[in-house]
Amino acid sequence: MKKRMKMLLLLGFCCGMVFGDQNRSDPHDQRVFPVLSINYDYVQMPFEVSLWILLASLMKLGFHLLPVLSGVVPESCLLIVVGLLVGGLIRVMGKNPPVLDSQLFFLCLLPPIILDAGYFLPIRPFTENAGTILTFAVLGTLWNVFFMGAVLYGACRLEAGRLASVDLLSCLLFGSIVSAVDPVAVLAVFEEIHINELLHILVFGESLLNDAVTVVLYHLFEEFAHAGEVTVGDVFLGVVCFFVVALGGVLVGGVYGVLAAFTSRFTSHTRVIEPLFVFLYSYMAYLSAEVFHLSGIMALIACGVVMRPYVEANISHKSYTTIKYFLKMWSSVSETLIFIFLGVSTVAGPHAWNWTFVSITIVLCLLSRVLGVVGLTYIINKYRMVKLSGKDQFIVAYGGLRGAIAFSLAFLLSSDDFPMKDMFLTAIITVIFFTVFVQGMTIRPLVDLLAVKKRKQSKCSINEEIHTQFLEHLLAGIEGVCGHYGHHHWRHKLNRFNKRYIKRCLIGGERSQEPQLISFYNKMELKQALMLLESNSSANLSAGVTAAIPRQRSRKTLNISKEREEEIRKILRGNLQKTRQRLCSYSRHTLKPDAEDDDWSETRLRKQRVEMERRMSHFLTVPALPESPPARRARVESV
Amino acid sequence: MGSRASSLLREEDIEEIKKETGFSHSQITRLYSRFHSLDKGENGALSREDFQRIPELAINPLGDRIINAFFPEGEDQANFRGFMRTLAHFRPVEDNEKNKDLTSGEPLNSRTNKLLFAFRLYDLDRDDKISRDELLQVLRMMVGVNISDEQLGSIADRTIQEADTNGDMCISFSEFIKVLEKVDVEQKMSIRFLH
Repeated sequence: MKKRMKMLLLLGFCCGMVFGDQNRSDPHDQRVFPVLSINYDYVQMPFEVSLWILLASLMKLGFHLLPVLSGVVPESCLLIVVGLLVGGLIRVMGKNPPVLDSQLFFLCLLPPIILDAGYFLPIRPFTENAGTILTFAVLGTLWNVFFMGAVLYGACRLEAGRLASVDLLSCLLFGSIVSAVDPVAVLAVFEEIHINELLHILVFGESLLNDAVTVVLYHLFEEFAHAGEVTVGDVFLGVVCFFVVALGGVLVGGVYGVLAAFTSRFTSHTRVIEPLFVFLYSYMAYLSAEVFHLSGIMALIACGVVMRPYVEANISHKSYTTIKYFLKMWSSVSETLIFIFLGVSTVAGPHAWNWTFVSITIVLCLLSRVLGVVGLTYIINKYRMVKLSGKDQFIVAYGGLRGAIAFSLAFLLSSDDFPMKDMFLTAIITVIFFTVFVQGMTIRPLVDLLAVKKRKQSKCSINEEIHTQFLEHLLAGIEGVCGHYGHHHWRHKLNRFNKRYIKRCLIGGERSQEPQLISFYNKMELKQALMLLESNSSANLSAGVTAAIPRQRSRKTLNISKEREEEIRKILRGNLQKTRQRLCSYSRHTLKPDAEDDDWSETRLRKQRVEMERRMSHFLTVPALPESPPARRARVESV
Repeated sequence: MGSRASSLLREEDIEEIKKETGFSHSQITRLYSRFHSLDKGENGALSREDFQRIPELAINPLGDRIINAFFPEGEDQANFRGFMRTLAHFRPVEDNEKNKDLTSGEPLNSRTNKLLFAFRLYDLDRDDKISRDELLQVLRMMVGVNISDEQLGSIADRTIQEADTNGDMCISFSEFIKVLEKVDVEQKMSIRFLH
């Protein structure tokens, strides 16, 4: 609590400093030498950005220290409330709170979350349910848009008064903005309820893939509203546009993914920058797709999915860990910032409240979602092998949360074409609040109440891997016997094509020939060796290492060959002792590979410290004239 | 072997197969025409060579074992009844069947029977246990020739160690079921036969 108050006060102070007085230098005045001077303008932008991020992270920290709260209320709700408070505080101080800038949102805040989702997308359940997911994403969203648009228009006609000026096109546009399920909100809420994999991938996959539909419809209706009239040819072009946007996005993502995989093949000598390639190529894929108004989200997902198997075979274990943690970190920060800004923007934005419009919108959102899911499931179940039960349908319908994407899209509308923009914004914010607060908070008790299957916490087991692969081969064979070109047949063909041609290009060295089973096994062994040592952690590390092996050997009658034991020891020695020591890595080009370099680096460290002290003293005795930043940066770099 | 007429499918046969396997009428006729097209010798039964002619099985690592599964113990010819009986294991599990009163034992496509079919593919000598050697053979087939015997051996050891609960260094059928309890076998071992 205290920390939060301090941060808020500091924030207020800094905002006040924005209009603080500057260093007005009067050349004719003989003034005292300023020992301490304040120049806030110089660092204003990065300072404020860092302060926001710091605030967001401290909030996150705070919530997890209060287990009672975080057990009941999902994090997203708490963050929005914090945003509201901060916005209120800023307003009380007389300034205008910042609104969630759409460009900032789409270019900086959204990509990390989507990349994190796409890179770690579980491929097997996704492809097995691809048909269902696509149906929900495309047909479901289309149904939502047109149903909502039409009924809203009807309601506006009936209501008359202020709503009379809302025409069909505006209603349809509003429908297209508000009916898309939001991946950020879904992730934020579903992460915490640990629902079973099938439902998770259905709702989440839908929220990702409906971006293409949303993008097309949004631009379509915006263009129509701008142009003024609609012809049949335009509608047809709209349909073509959908395919172009979706497939184009995937293609762009795929190309960048292949490039990233190919680049990672040659990074064995510069391991330190390996993660950078992954991030840069993915971001470039997103930006390139956005240039052509293709679906950036689908490009990002495609890039992550395509590059992952090859990149992971090529990069070092450390780079893999780095990528994982950076992605999680960035996406977590982004998500926190998005929700806080959503709260702040609510306080800031111009509002035009209209009871009828807002209430009809909320009711329609729920209604169209439920109808859409039930109707589509009825059709889908005819083609599925594992049918979706009523409980599944309920969760899918209830999990259709709206979020910041809807808000940003509405914010981008131009006020000239859409005089009702403020009303739309208010309605959308209300819908977002409703879905996130009401649905987000109640979904966990409902999941428990309905006894929906939760995610099974299964350790990776080599048995499952072997038998699953075995079954896949078996099924592919049986499909061949039946003459039936089904799911397994094509997957088998894709695997063989992958193994024969693609892996050879994109994976460097001898790893290209390594079967999947072996790499899985190696990863598992490494993980277990690390876990074994961490659980046996004692002051004397080497004793722990040698003690662990014979202990395990006696517990289970396992005969590990001598070479295997040596291999295990090497792995443990190489990886584990290093993580215990604080590595001094001064070189920006490589990380120290061995612990033998310790004495050498010790002396270097001492030398560098002496040098640094010498330079610092020199710096302090020279009069501090406002130096040009590049020169100062150069000096620092040379240290 | 036998005249042309006896190799054509009769209504009584279709009814019997339907009762035994649960396939629908149209599925049976469709699969019969497939059976007929595979049967190059036109003698109402399939031989091993007929199966080996299927391109998908030729490149499949488990091809030989799958072919063997179609032939009953010791025989060299697979007639249509046997063909359908084997394929019946891969029918999707239907919801209404789960609750049906089982009068003639479990249907062929129940989860246990599916797993039993897979188990029998590992367990060649039919002693109801997957020994280390049998596991090694299967692993070798799936992994190819580039991996050393020793590495494969440690994988096999690890696999048995994970699954074995009674310490006999073999995987019995119940241990096999237990290991795969988290895997969605109903979906993984089902083929959508067209109606």
